[in-house]
Amino acid sequence: MEAVTSLLAGFETALTPMNLLWALIGVTLGTLVGVLPGIGPALTVALLLPVTAKLPPVSAFIMFAGIYYGGMFGGSTTSILLNTPGESSSIITALEGNKMARRGRAAAALATAAIGSFVAGTIGTVLLTFAAPAIAEVAVQIPPSAKFALIMLAFVTISATFGSSPLRGLISLFFGLTIGLIGTDLQSGQARFTLGRPELLDGIEFVTVVIGLFAVGETLYVASRLRKDKASVIKLDGNASMTRDDWRRSWKPWLRGTALGFPFGAVPAGGAEIPTFLSYTLERKLSRHPEEFGKGAIEGVAGPEAANNASAAGVLVPLLTLGLPTSATAAILLAAFQQYGLQPGPLLFVTNADLVWGLIASLYIGNVMLLALNLPLAPVWARLLLIPRPFLYAGILVFSTVGVYSLNNSVFDLILLAIFGVIGYGMRRFDFPVTPAIIGVILGPVAESQFRTALQQSNGNPAIFVQSPLTVFILLTVLAALVVPAVLKARASRRG
Amino acid sequence: MNVKTAALALSALLSTAAPAAAQNLNLRVMAPASPGGGWDQTSRAIQTVMQDEGIAKPVQVFNVPGAGGTIGLAQLYNSKGDGNLLMTMGLVMVGAIQTNSSKVDLSRVTPIARLTGEYEVIVVPASSPYKTLGDLATAWKANNALAFAGGSAGGTDHMLVGLFAKAAGVDTKKMNYVPFSGGGETLAAVLGNQVAAGVAGYGEFEAQIKAGKLRALGISAPRAQAGIPVPTMKSQGFNVDLANWRGIVAPPGISGSQKATLVAAMDKLHASKAWKDTLKTRNWTDLYMSGSKFDVFLKLEAVRTREILKDIGLVK
Repeated sequence: MEAVTSLLAGFETALTPMNLLWALIGVTLGTLVGVLPGIGPALTVALLLPVTAKLPPVSAFIMFAGIYYGGMFGGSTTSILLNTPGESSSIITALEGNKMARRGRAAAALATAAIGSFVAGTIGTVLLTFAAPAIAEVAVQIPPSAKFALIMLAFVTISATFGSSPLRGLISLFFGLTIGLIGTDLQSGQARFTLGRPELLDGIEFVTVVIGLFAVGETLYVASRLRKDKASVIKLDGNASMTRDDWRRSWKPWLRGTALGFPFGAVPAGGAEIPTFLSYTLERKLSRHPEEFGKGAIEGVAGPEAANNASAAGVLVPLLTLGLPTSATAAILLAAFQQYGLQPGPLLFVTNADLVWGLIASLYIGNVMLLALNLPLAPVWARLLLIPRPFLYAGILVFSTVGVYSLNNSVFDLILLAIFGVIGYGMRRFDFPVTPAIIGVILGPVAESQFRTALQQSNGNPAIFVQSPLTVFILLTVLAALVVPAVLKARASRRG
Repeated sequence: MNVKTAALALSALLSTAAPAAAQNLNLRVMAPASPGGGWDQTSRAIQTVMQDEGIAKPVQVFNVPGAGGTIGLAQLYNSKGDGNLLMTMGLVMVGAIQTNSSKVDLSRVTPIARLTGEYEVIVVPASSPYKTLGDLATAWKANNALAFAGGSAGGTDHMLVGLFAKAAGVDTKKMNYVPFSGGGETLAAVLGNQVAAGVAGYGEFEAQIKAGKLRALGISAPRAQAGIPVPTMKSQGFNVDLANWRGIVAPPGISGSQKATLVAAMDKLHASKAWKDTLKTRNWTDLYMSGSKFDVFLKLEAVRTREILKDIGLVK
């Protein structure tokens, strides 16, 4: 019950008018940068660091937490409306969300994303409040071999899930894996596939790939068909909110997404992407309307959105209790702590209890604010789709270019963006799914480094992949995911 | 330009020039890394103190990330003769120039000053059987495959493990160094008992060392550090002295008086109370050195780095 008393004291800190104002500024800023592709919460907090040096630490962290949660909320908006993910964690949301929007159900998609984010964020924060130290202890024990197995699971389920055929999905995945190989090899420090260009030594920023394949590719594709297709005017659903049926189909995915997202956030190198991929596959398997997937199934928005917000809460567990950043934003938050001469870790809860609990309390408040901010705005955002397409896509192109340029202030990145835009157009034209490529770019390097780290630990002995029960269990699941559908198919055809 | 604006500009020029000569100095500081990292934090700390103390105004910070800072270095090289431009850099850049075979190296730019640094520590989990650096070295000699975790290949952490191996008599080519992309992951690997030992700047492990979850076996400082209860590597018989230092350089081709102005500005920064306070809150060790001393240091450091990287097999 100690946590309850501490939390109440935290609310006392967070509920002062000044801190409420900072929280509001934070969530508003966060939502905005979440909406803009390329500019994420990590960059925003980093740029605000020197400005906030004179604020009291509690206020600064309340604002940063607002930006962090707000970015997770806002990332889904452009995914759903424009098929342009603002953040890597909302790539999956674009799949079903954008299809829903095209069927005129944008407001419902935005609503299930917002409510799902709220539910997941709140449950995640409750877990953070009461179980943080225990979870953190377990999370660091997960060996690299198990993390590698988890990514294999994501690869296998994903390439089978997307696209008109598994082969096309695999080709797209391998294209992404190849792009992910570019840059300095972490283990040996040697350059790979950099064509002698120093700009490529750090690899290709995945944001550039995401925006190129999604936003620019989509724009080119729409432009190429503008005169061919009779412009399908999107009718907005008169009823902006979710129907009773939507609620019935959303609440379970919200909870399952939360259950997937939170632990992944807490694991070092877990991140927000894998749980969104897994949640999507899971919902597709469990849905009573599997035929709707790929055409705008609400479960495919509800689950992944909950997963990405729950992971945001999960990330704070190792950050606060161990001083262990598990995502880009967390790394910047760590720098923010250090700016104030604070060192997150086991002693932070003792030495700076008011700061920690004020921050945790502000997460509850921030979640409520975000819901209040986003739900009424859903129908307003949805009206974006009524903008005539030439203007709308011109706007997307401008925002994408600005977003990519802001990453490194480099013209080279813009050339890459154009190249990936053309590739994205080609993939759409010849019916290759884009998402597996993105997943390859994001997870490929992680998979490689976990694989090689595992082998370094065992001094080159591959037996390490069958020594941990957790790894074995996940690898067997991978095998089942590969074999079972094929067996079922064979049986069905024999019977038929 | 009409007469009115010309007059305004002139009066503005006069009024800023009037109070003190030093205030004429306006500077741009390049952080050759993304916002949030060590070079970025150093650049922004310089910006704050210089502006508050009136050493230079305005001071603008901009980021040119990529390739261990060598992309920024190339850009600095191209700004020949610009006496109002500085770049933050450090030991990591000295290493990256070698491993990336960068076309521009530090002999082509103008050294200004070394500012701060951080010493490295070697830690083991609290449950580890190794109580001293000697224990670890003995076990390492018996089993070269002992895994050491640290930052990216060729970085300061990797160099330290290489120097330790040499001092302990272990073959540097056979050592098993497990690089992680961020300091956080190194910490996780050590806490999770997944490696024998971990290496990082003291700050990254400080909280865990104080909480008793990690045992610090040695610090790479030449002498014991105030407030850091870790024995030096030297005091345990391993002759290793390595600081992850950060400094400031300027473009090539600037005049002698331009260089003197910049060195004087850094000297003033270092002497200010605001800078001392910054060092204290950030936990940065003061390693100040400017002028010709820093010129020599930079040359020696480039030679030493090349040697270590050769030993660990990253540079031919």
